[in-house]
Amino acid sequence: MLEVQNLSMRFGGLLAVDQVSLDVQEHEIVSIIGPNGAGKTTVFNCMSGFYKPTGGKILFEGNEVQGKPDFRISRLGMVRTFQHVRLFNRMTVVENLLVAQHRHLNTNLISGLLKTPGYRERERKSLDRASYWLDRVGLLDLANRDAGNLAYGQQRRLEIARCMVTEPKLLMLDEPAAGLNPAETRDLNLLIVSLKEDYNVSVVLIEHDMSLVMDISDRINVINQGRPLASGTPDEIRHNDDVIKAYLGEA
Amino acid sequence: MAAHNLKHALFCAIITLIIAYPILGFNLVASGTNIILEGATTQTVISVLLAAVVVFLFQLFRDNIMALLGKAPALNPLANRQPMEQSRRLKLESTILTLIIIGALIWPFFVSRGSVDLATLVLIYIMLALGLNVVVGLAGLLDLGYVAFYAVGAYTFALLSQYYGVSFWFALPIGALLAATFGLVLGFPVLRLRGDYLAIVTLGFGEIIRILLNNMTSLTGGPNGIGGIPDPTLFGMEFGRRVKEEGNTSFHETFGIAYSSEHKIIFLYLIALVLAVITALVIRRLMRMPVGRAWEALREDEIAARSLGLSRTSVKLSAFTIGAFFAGFAGTVFASKQGFISPESFVFLESAIVLAIVVLGGMGSQLGVILAAIAVTILPELAREFSEYRMLIFGAAMVLMMVWRPQGLMPMRRIHIELEKQE
Repeated sequence: MLEVQNLSMRFGGLLAVDQVSLDVQEHEIVSIIGPNGAGKTTVFNCMSGFYKPTGGKILFEGNEVQGKPDFRISRLGMVRTFQHVRLFNRMTVVENLLVAQHRHLNTNLISGLLKTPGYRERERKSLDRASYWLDRVGLLDLANRDAGNLAYGQQRRLEIARCMVTEPKLLMLDEPAAGLNPAETRDLNLLIVSLKEDYNVSVVLIEHDMSLVMDISDRINVINQGRPLASGTPDEIRHNDDVIKAYLGEA
Repeated sequence: MAAHNLKHALFCAIITLIIAYPILGFNLVASGTNIILEGATTQTVISVLLAAVVVFLFQLFRDNIMALLGKAPALNPLANRQPMEQSRRLKLESTILTLIIIGALIWPFFVSRGSVDLATLVLIYIMLALGLNVVVGLAGLLDLGYVAFYAVGAYTFALLSQYYGVSFWFALPIGALLAATFGLVLGFPVLRLRGDYLAIVTLGFGEIIRILLNNMTSLTGGPNGIGGIPDPTLFGMEFGRRVKEEGNTSFHETFGIAYSSEHKIIFLYLIALVLAVITALVIRRLMRMPVGRAWEALREDEIAARSLGLSRTSVKLSAFTIGAFFAGFAGTVFASKQGFISPESFVFLESAIVLAIVVLGGMGSQLGVILAAIAVTILPELAREFSEYRMLIFGAAMVLMMVWRPQGLMPMRRIHIELEKQE
């Protein structure tokens, strides 16, 4: 469903991403790993429309999306999270989820001002979806807290829930386990697998936690210094000499 | 006391002397064609020195004083009570609001003409501040040229009535819509700007409008302004002693009561009241709608908002447009109230005052903004005797507020949403 072909991104004299290709099939979890500064997040930023790639193509369900504005890409069904959690801190937890659904809502001013039945129905539906996902990630009791006051692990889960209420086809998670304790990482592991199994979402994952990556990935792409180093199943990557030298380290 | 504090206090005292002595100490006196510089009287010198000593002592013991100030809120017996349940609170709030509005409807018939006139001005400021609250408080876009939209509304009515004899009721929507259009037009170039840069561009826009009005003499009369702006009519009834326009009747004759110039003032007040209530209700509704949440999301984190499919363009433009719309409303009422407008009514200070109202009231909070509008408009009137020191007192009050309650009089409270568990 997603195909990245020979993606390049140049910042002035720095070639941050050089000829990276990867593809994601439906119902698949694909990870991108590599040392710090390898260009993983840059690849993400190109895919989600934050950067305009200087070379290469990005095809989502057969359509070229490279260089499209970010909000359009996300409306196509490719939604991302951020390396550093980006919530709407001074809004409540449930409001965070409502904001995310506004592309589904008819934002027509008049129907909202008059509270037409159709408008109420849509509001109710988005509230239902919000409460479903809050329950799913275990935040239902905290629905009316300010998002900024949640614990870090809860913020991470809220960010994922916020993506899921937009009903994406492809979820891009940028280091979702960063800063989580082992128990929280295990929960996250289960959650991501369940997104794939139960909600039919494909996942692209950037992550440093190798146990998580090896556990849940169907395939793994390794990037080193902006260039693709290897790709394959977790087993193949684990035994690839180049990857061991550049990233995993000798055991 | 730390040596650091002593040094700092000395420095502040010297600065006080340097600033205060030339300003208060020297007088320019005209004698014939010349101007003579006169030195200060002993009394002034003593007060300047005294002021420096006060500043010195305050800075020296600042930590202690601030600690004492910090304790002051604890004296408030209401500070620590449990928040009321949402449903009960809403009921109480709506009852109180209804009572206030009924009171505001009856009140003008029992007070002096001057008070009603002042109250009309307060209501105009409430409209302005509620509109700016959308732009600054909710969408987080610092707009320093808000007065431009106010001017557009006022001049629309003035010009339409002068050239085409358009009445208040026709001009009201036109003025508001034209102001909204200006908001939209300003919105486009500033889409990519945030914070300081946005503030500078909007400041420039405000000045451009004022200077345009000042210099397009053939159209706007330039600094002479436009006079003879008609009063609003009530279903074709005029409030003047004699009917000015053919086909209209006069209010006092229709109802067979004696003519009183107060009728007009009260009628204007009631119009302003109704419009202010409409403004408050519409914006309150917008805040609870998707567009309102989108404004806040953009304020909180633009990148995250975009990553969720919100278009920066439409969210920002809607905030600018709606804010400007209500400024246009206020401008039309203002033109009608004054009967005469000139570019002098739309200087930067007006923008600053409206912004101050929004900040003092508590960004995003409607009730807070309304209270602050009342305070900021009425206090200077009460302190008429000190009119020379008005801005000084105003500034001091702002500094104290920001030290004490940086979140504003009544910070915005989030709406509690009841959720049902979904299976």
